Amino acid sequence: MKLTGYRRSNGAVGVRNHVVVLPLDDISNAAAEGAARLIPGSLPLPHPYGRLQFGEDLALTFDTLIGTGANPNVAACVVVGIEPKWTQRVADGIAATGKPVDAFEIERYGDLSTIERAARALKTMMQDASEIERVPIEVRELVLSIKCGESDTTLGVAGNPALGRAIDRLIDQGATVIFGETSELTGGEHLIAARCETDAVRAAFLKTYNEYVAFIQGTGADLLGSQPTEGNIRGGLTTIEEKALGNIQKTGTNPVKSVLAPAQRPIGRGLHFMDSSSAAAEQITLCAAGGAVLHFFTTGQGNVVGNPIEPVIKISPNPITTTTMSEHIDVDLSPLLLGDIALEDAANRILDSFARTVRGRLTNAEALGHREFVLTKLYRSA
Amino acid sequence: MTYHALAHRQSDHVAVAVRDLSPGDAIIVRVLEGGPDVTIAVRDLIPLGHKVALEDVPAGADVIEYGERIGRASGAIARGAHVHTHNVKTVRWSV
Repeated sequence: MKLTGYRRSNGAVGVRNHVVVLPLDDISNAAAEGAARLIPGSLPLPHPYGRLQFGEDLALTFDTLIGTGANPNVAACVVVGIEPKWTQRVADGIAATGKPVDAFEIERYGDLSTIERAARALKTMMQDASEIERVPIEVRELVLSIKCGESDTTLGVAGNPALGRAIDRLIDQGATVIFGETSELTGGEHLIAARCETDAVRAAFLKTYNEYVAFIQGTGADLLGSQPTEGNIRGGLTTIEEKALGNIQKTGTNPVKSVLAPAQRPIGRGLHFMDSSSAAAEQITLCAAGGAVLHFFTTGQGNVVGNPIEPVIKISPNPITTTTMSEHIDVDLSPLLLGDIALEDAANRILDSFARTVRGRLTNAEALGHREFVLTKLYRSA
Repeated sequence: MTYHALAHRQSDHVAVAVRDLSPGDAIIVRVLEGGPDVTIAVRDLIPLGHKVALEDVPAGADVIEYGERIGRASGAIARGAHVHTHNVKTVRWSV
């Protein structure tokens, strides 16, 4: 498989070359977006949080912002924040990768002056990034992530087994792969536990899973109204157990090497579990913050999610979806559902799309402008 | 020969329709883990992606797919019937 990408100064390999404008918090979005408007091609990542968070929730926001800037798909980054101290903290975290980073605070300047200063830095970064050339890369240098959404039963019988086969082959070649969706393992958690490589990993997985269930039960709410979703039910999924058993098919057959906190970077190749919401944009944002540079997304009913820095390859075996929403589906696996191609052929179609996307072809989500950047918030702010 | 529904395991109680099915249809079910095709007489309208019962399941019994429990029958399910939220309930999220 001939692949090309961007090898960063710290050795990490990306498949995109974004110059990002990252707001520290909600009130810095306007200046960040203002600077990005002046410099075509730069990528602002507005989001609604960052003020008066505390504890674990605040730490996750820092980890997500820093991880996003540090992602190998990002060539350079400008951080814009209301005050200098936390703005610099995020910038320093990203600068540890060795990539160019600048930080600009708004207080004692105002938006307009901040926009000008940030835009001047962005302009140089865009010019410098435009000179970075693609080089030959190997599968073993890539961190990938997977998720399914608006799932239905066609994923369980076709889409997810095909992705699982493709993931097995990528891991055979040394890839690092992140999966997550803690709540959507319910009913199949014993199958993941059985695949954990060591007793310590198994204990960590079950602790993470059980804490999530305890959190849900602690709210007193009934998840029945949310899991499965109305879209899942329309597509034929009846219970969370059935959804989970279909979901797990896409992880393939490799052992689970480690349990990652949300936004945590995996160490070592192979398959890793990240504690994460099953909401698509949140999970992909966390995976990208953990360093994933390309995402495989299987969908039954037609989830249209994308991500600003991590290209999302959309795969569907549902013939209704692939015909009515064809502009969203990169890999049409309806021939697999109907028995016209074999599982191995379906995996080959996924890997062909993977290679083209790595080499630079825009995914449908990229071409359509899907840039959902959604921070996970653990609890209310102070 | 083509098929109308896919089951994961030979021991499964349900199969997934890969096209819309109507009452009276005699359908062929392919089993993904291998083994002979199964023929079923369909009792209900079953849209693409929804499940058809491969055997009678009594009320209160576990419903098996992927060789695993996906829930419990909330009423008796007849072979050939539509299997969904009206006759299967989770045993995990119940409060």
